[in-house]
Amino acid sequence: MREVAVLGVGQTKFGELWDRSFREIGIEAGLEALVDAKLGSGDVNGLYLGNMAAGSLLSQEHIAPLIADYAGLAGRHLPVVRVEGGGASGALALHQGYLAVASGLYDFVVVGGAEKMTDVADATANQIASATADHEWEVVFGATLPALWALIARRHMHDFGTTSDQLARVAVHDHEMAGKNPLAHYRNRLTVEQVLGAGRVAEPLGMLDCSPLSDGAAAIVLGPLEGARKHTDSPIRIAASEVASDTMAVQHRTEITTLASTVAAAQRAFARARRAPADVRVAEIHDAYTISALLSLEDLGFVPKGGAGPAFAAGDFGPHGRLVVNPSGGLKAQGRPFGAVGVAQVAEIVRQLRGEAKERQVSGASVGLAHDVGGTGATSVVHLLERVN
Amino acid sequence: MSIARFWRETPRRYNLGGSRCGRCGTVYFPPRAVCPTCPHHRETLAQMAPFQISGEGTVFSYTVVHEAAEGFEMQVPYVLALVRTIEGPILTGQIVDIEPSAVGIGLKVRATFRKLREEGKAGVIHYGYKFTPVPEPESPAVPRGRGAGTPASEAGRSDRAAA
Repeated sequence: MREVAVLGVGQTKFGELWDRSFREIGIEAGLEALVDAKLGSGDVNGLYLGNMAAGSLLSQEHIAPLIADYAGLAGRHLPVVRVEGGGASGALALHQGYLAVASGLYDFVVVGGAEKMTDVADATANQIASATADHEWEVVFGATLPALWALIARRHMHDFGTTSDQLARVAVHDHEMAGKNPLAHYRNRLTVEQVLGAGRVAEPLGMLDCSPLSDGAAAIVLGPLEGARKHTDSPIRIAASEVASDTMAVQHRTEITTLASTVAAAQRAFARARRAPADVRVAEIHDAYTISALLSLEDLGFVPKGGAGPAFAAGDFGPHGRLVVNPSGGLKAQGRPFGAVGVAQVAEIVRQLRGEAKERQVSGASVGLAHDVGGTGATSVVHLLERVN
Repeated sequence: MSIARFWRETPRRYNLGGSRCGRCGTVYFPPRAVCPTCPHHRETLAQMAPFQISGEGTVFSYTVVHEAAEGFEMQVPYVLALVRTIEGPILTGQIVDIEPSAVGIGLKVRATFRKLREEGKAGVIHYGYKFTPVPEPESPAVPRGRGAGTPASEAGRSDRAAA
C-alpha cells in the first residue's frame, strides 16, 4: 500500500443553480481540481464519480462517461466509474479512488461528486432522497428520511434529555459558519427562535432542522504522496479512508440513537491513522438534520453518548473551540447536493489543513476529519487527513 | 410500484409473517434468510422457520409527520412510530385512531389491517398494518382485522380498509 495524498481540490457554488446543468457543474469542479494539482487531463488514470440519483432526478444514468466525455476525455478512453451509496456516494467514490492509488494500479485519479437536486419539484426530490431508506419496510408505511431521523431524535430526547433548543443550536451554528463561505447555499444567520418557529416537517424536526436541496459539485485529485510536492506546496496525506455499513432500516437496530456504522468507521480510521479524537482540530460532520450532528459527534468519539446537545448549547464547536465543527457550514448551510457532499467535506478539510480557508481558517489545523452518512446510517465513511511537514 | 412488487409481500404486510431462528430463537420481521444474531450465519440458512408476529407491542419512538411520504399526502399530519412487538422485532408503522398529542413512548398498541396508500385515482391500492392504541386496563380480546372491534364513530375514515 502506497501513501496517498490530495493534490488538488475544486468545488462549485452550492445552491439552486437553475442556469447550470449537471454536466457543467461536474466539469467545472473537476477541471478546477486538475488545475489546482498542476495536472493536465492527459495525466489522469481514472475517474470515480459519486452520485446518488441522476437516474431518478435527471433521467440520466451512465453518468461517469458522460462527465468524462464533456471534460474532453472521451478520446483517452479512461476507466470511469460511478459510485452510489445514497448521501455517502461522494465519500464512497473517494474511498475507491484512494484504493486505486494506494494499490499502485493508478497514479493520478480524479474523484468527483455531483448532484442536481433542483431540476425536479421539491416534493419529488424529497421522495427520491427517501429511497435511500428501506423502501419496502419504511417508506411504504409512510416514512420519509426526515421522519426516520425524527424517530431517532425523539428517542434521543427520551433517553438523554436532549431538547429542541439544543437541536436548534446546531442549525444556528452551521449558518454562522457558512456566513464566511462564499460557496455556501445559505449564508444568513439564524436564531434559535427562528428554528423553533419554522414549519414542522416531522416532529420534533422543523424546516430549519433540515438541510436544503442543493445543486453542486466538488472534485479532488489524488496521487501518491511520494513526489506530491511536484504538484502542490502543501500535500495533504490521507491518513485513513474507512467505510462501514449497518442495517438498512432504523427498525432493525438494537440502539437507534447510535449509528453503529459511524462508530465502526471511526474506530477503524483512528486505529489506522494511529490517532485519537483529541488529535482532530477541524471536522466536517454529517448534519443532514440537526439530530444527525449530535449522533455524529457522539459516535465519532468527540463527546460521550448524550453529551452533544449540551456541548452544542455551550458553543464548544465554534471558531475558537478546541474542535471546530463544519467550518463550511455543513450540509445544513453550505448545502446538500447529496452525491457531492462527501467530496466537498474533504475539499474543505484540505483547504483548512493547507491554510487556504481565508476568513474561516481554523488556526493550528494539522489533523482533520470528514464524516459522510448515507440514508439513516446504513453507510458511514470517515476520512482522516493530515498536513505533511 | 408494480402490482407484483407489492403482492409478493402480502403474507408479511397483511398477516405479519416473520421468521424465527431454529438455533438461537431470535424472531425477525420481515423474515430473514439467515440469522444475523448467530455467529455462524451459514449454519442458520436451513433453520429459519416461519413465525407469526402477534402485532401487540409498545411505542418505542414516534414522530408526527407533516411533510408526507409519497401517497400519504391526504393523511397529514400522521403519527409514524417504531413499535416494539412483544416477540421482539420493531416495526415501522402509523399509529391511528388517536390524537397525535396523546401518543407517547411506551403507549400500548396493536396492529390492525388498513389501507396504506393508493397510487393515484386509477392505481393500485396498498394495504398493510397500522397500529391502534390498546385501551388500559386491557379490554377482553376482540377479533382483529378489518374494522372489527372499532368504535362506530371512526367508520368511514380514509385509511379504513374496504371490507
